[in-house]
Amino acid sequence: MTVTRAPAEALSVLDRPNSYIGKTVPRPNLDRLLQGRGQYVSDLELPRMAHVVFLRSPHAHARIVAIDADAARRMSGVIAIVTGRELEAVITPWVGVLSHLKGLKSAPQHAIAVDRVCWQGEAVAAIVATSRAAAEDAMEHVSVGYEELEAVTDMRTALDPATPVIHASLGDNLAFERTLDAGDVDQALSESEVVEADFVFGRHTGVTLEPRAVVADWNAAEARLTIYQGTQAPHMVQNIAALHLGLREAQVRVICKDVGGSFGIKVHIYADEMATYALSKLLRRPVKFVADRVESFNTDIHARDHRCRGRIGVGPDGTITAFEIDDLTGIGPYSMYPRTSAIEANQVVNLVGGPYATANYRARARVVFQNKNVMCQYRAVGHPIACSVTEGLVDLAAAKIGMDPVEIRRRNLIADDAYPCASPSGMKFEQLSHHASLTKLLQMMDYDALRAEQMALRASNIHRGIGIASFIEVTNPSAAFYGVGGARISSQDGVAVRLDAQGSVICQTSITEQGQGSESLTAQIVGSVLGVSMERVRVILGDTDNTPYGGGTWASRGAGIGGEAALQAAKALRENVLKVAAAILQSTPAELDIVNDSIVNAADGAPRIELNELARTVYFRPDTLPPGIQPELMATRHFVPRQYPFAFTNGIQAAWLEVDTETGFVTLLKHWVVEDCGTIINPQLVDEQIRGGVVQGLGAALFEKCIYDERGQLTNANMADYLVPMSAEMPDIEIGHVVSPTQESELGAKGAGEAGTAGAAAAVANAVNDALRPFGAIITEIPLTPQVILTALGRI
Amino acid sequence: MKAAAFAYARATSVVNALELLAAHGDRAKVLSGGQSLMPAMNLRLLSPDILVDIGGLAELRGIAVSGRALVVGALTRHVDLLRSPEIALHAPLLRDAVAHVAHPAIRNRGTIGGSLAHADPASELPACVVALDATIVVRGPAGERRIAATEFFRGIYETALSSDELLVAVEMPVAGHDASFFFQEFARRHGDYAVVGLAARAVVAAGRFSDLRLGFFAVGDRPLLASAAGKLIDAPVTPALLAEATTALADELDPQEDQQASPAMRRHLAGVLLRRCVAALLARPELEAGATR
Repeated sequence: MTVTRAPAEALSVLDRPNSYIGKTVPRPNLDRLLQGRGQYVSDLELPRMAHVVFLRSPHAHARIVAIDADAARRMSGVIAIVTGRELEAVITPWVGVLSHLKGLKSAPQHAIAVDRVCWQGEAVAAIVATSRAAAEDAMEHVSVGYEELEAVTDMRTALDPATPVIHASLGDNLAFERTLDAGDVDQALSESEVVEADFVFGRHTGVTLEPRAVVADWNAAEARLTIYQGTQAPHMVQNIAALHLGLREAQVRVICKDVGGSFGIKVHIYADEMATYALSKLLRRPVKFVADRVESFNTDIHARDHRCRGRIGVGPDGTITAFEIDDLTGIGPYSMYPRTSAIEANQVVNLVGGPYATANYRARARVVFQNKNVMCQYRAVGHPIACSVTEGLVDLAAAKIGMDPVEIRRRNLIADDAYPCASPSGMKFEQLSHHASLTKLLQMMDYDALRAEQMALRASNIHRGIGIASFIEVTNPSAAFYGVGGARISSQDGVAVRLDAQGSVICQTSITEQGQGSESLTAQIVGSVLGVSMERVRVILGDTDNTPYGGGTWASRGAGIGGEAALQAAKALRENVLKVAAAILQSTPAELDIVNDSIVNAADGAPRIELNELARTVYFRPDTLPPGIQPELMATRHFVPRQYPFAFTNGIQAAWLEVDTETGFVTLLKHWVVEDCGTIINPQLVDEQIRGGVVQGLGAALFEKCIYDERGQLTNANMADYLVPMSAEMPDIEIGHVVSPTQESELGAKGAGEAGTAGAAAAVANAVNDALRPFGAIITEIPLTPQVILTALGRI
Repeated sequence: MKAAAFAYARATSVVNALELLAAHGDRAKVLSGGQSLMPAMNLRLLSPDILVDIGGLAELRGIAVSGRALVVGALTRHVDLLRSPEIALHAPLLRDAVAHVAHPAIRNRGTIGGSLAHADPASELPACVVALDATIVVRGPAGERRIAATEFFRGIYETALSSDELLVAVEMPVAGHDASFFFQEFARRHGDYAVVGLAARAVVAAGRFSDLRLGFFAVGDRPLLASAAGKLIDAPVTPALLAEATTALADELDPQEDQQASPAMRRHLAGVLLRRCVAALLARPELEAGATR
């Protein structure tokens, strides 16, 4: 591990005896999950609970002429069949726009379609029954008359005058457009070698192991709705549900315990989830919705699906003089709620060229409506697009002037001592480490030896490639992400820590756990700062009634923001405990410390009193405390970054692979990542999060694609035809770190959740092109299927 | 994704299974390993009125050698094919092929009879039995019927089996000491259905093929025993002859377009497989290069 900043003179609150920070400790929730005691919404059963199944449109675009559910209503087990028109009385429609995304427009979306369906998979009616099977049986007897309308499917023609406008009230199919012009691109390009390419990215999706799941329980007696939901943002769900059901937020409680994977898929509000809340209110009983796999493919947000024309200017010495992009993406018929579907394109504009010191940058991004499933934020929003375009262009520029891909990066990456600085798109960088990361990467992969091996193998007709991709990563978002645009999505998080009567610690946090280790990192921080062992720290999360208010876990914010709140809360509690201890021991707080669950002398570590004993005194014998002492053995702190809109991190990836030039099949041989997320709380959790992210990026690079036909039908909505990356095809993924802690928090942690996904596809695409160099084939499209590669090679 | 309601009967004997099939006709489906049937039912692509579960019929299990024939019971699971010493000795092609069939959980349940009766044109075992010149043994109300594997497969999910018949075994000649085999498939991920695959049996003597059976799969609506093999039998195999055979193969293929490959790509990959197969069986790596390098 390379540390780019000298450690501070004084010990920080984290550098304590028996600190858990920077250590791989087992996650406290492992035993629970492994023994089948996870609390997943899919498993939840409540008394009188009904199950809802949604009859979904088979058409991409159609008018609903009639719905006949009479026969189905009479079937055994059926409780209710509800149409969009009927549900309108309970829940209001919504429009997915944010004011800081200027010009973003969308149309009102209903929980269940009213009069018209706009994508294949949009819900047309809800069938509520005593079991999912009974509801599915009844669904086969609901007949819907449709009048098919022309579907808008190709994003390239969505804005043509001849193309029908999906929402007449909007005037056209353009949801959002952003342009940016920094420096003097024309001048720069006119004085440079210019290379350009069209980059094409397939539509894909998150494929969580546990599908989206909701149980909504309206308690008419309390006039309260309890929502059990696998979500990344419980307070956001609370706000949105209350808003559209005409309730106060206090009337909605959201409980989110274990979640079987999210990846951004579960940070949105889906129409069928809204319908489930509304059905519970309408029917005055608990209603459960669990998407099945086919529904997941048809309704979980899709992502990417960009076509981006990119240009790069390069001087004879390898200086990159300018970047220019023109990005187009199709987002389905509605901008998703409440985070909107303009964020990804906006991120692409923000991030292209980001690692480089190039001042000239022009960009246009257009976001268009189409009759396909909705698109929105999925892991590493916009990053893979920006990284693939940038790094693809950099490799093309290097090839153009005959320079090694490493050398061109060395000459253009922002210098490690240039910070703080800003990108041409206005992104502010506090401290990045591109060069240190590159150096470390080259060591890890033994770059020169690999190049030699590549050359040697070419002679025997074996074609291997090396691909490199630098990236920057948005983490720890402040209010700049959503709040300033009017979304009631909190960017701050809170943690409450209290000492119980036996000296154990109960910690309530507003971040959530979806498997990445939020619970562990919180316990590690609290245990370390407080001086108590982790076994004594119990972390409670995912309950709007029982945690502080906060954003949740998304955009790589859990450790950096929630972790800092935990640190500050533990510090405050520690101060309070030491005050009481000083009173009991007739000492001063400064002379005391907490180590291993005991109060000790700060000077010599001699034990003075166990926390257990201190707590007993405080709770049961306060009469023995000196007068005037009122112990506060609970402390709450909140944190939000204020100085930087985002804590940018950086990293670099490399892929080593072999292309069978006769079959077009790619074999991944090895993958390396060097990443700088600042302070590392749990190395294993960070590394595994990066590996998981890389695998999702490799999925995009080689396998995953939602394949639509020209009529807007998703043709591979199952696990046999939609190819998720699987272990047999995955290479070993080696991970290294450079550590540049953020100074904005005492913890110094930035996020690591997007890093793997951000650069993996770019590295693979560059490696494939590197392998194919002797054939003169260049591919700028993912997924890199055998068909694509054979076509590029002219074999078919 | 819940199956529609269905009746269930666990057959107590082959005779009992045949009675149930006779009684229910097209409305019944035979449940063997269930690895294709159950997902299809859960997706409501199939809604049989009744499932006839033959899983308990010990008489359909087992691998035996009888004279020059290897007899494999219909209920023999993929995992058994993978581990059986008899298969390794007498039909190693099956063992090699099964390693490519899906994943352990599926191989632990799936059966050879189920795979053959299901007749997915992209699956491995139908092509193997075609290459091995096997005979499919079926029982029906009128007694036993023996059908050549080459006659058994009639189209996508279509076979010569009628709705009142049960596939009970597959018989194949035991491998001679001079036989050699080749199995390879191209799949996007390990365990996926093949984009194109080839199961081959050959007899090589003095550097020539005296016999060559090429069972291609995922190249049409059923496994294909390629006639192009004929060009390579009893002839010195030169790059030119191999190229000629490759062209002949491309002509006799009628591949389908799907999400993995265009017909042109399937033709191309089948040619690559042919060259790799011939190069491997004749132990002449230089033949593999073909015309594309």
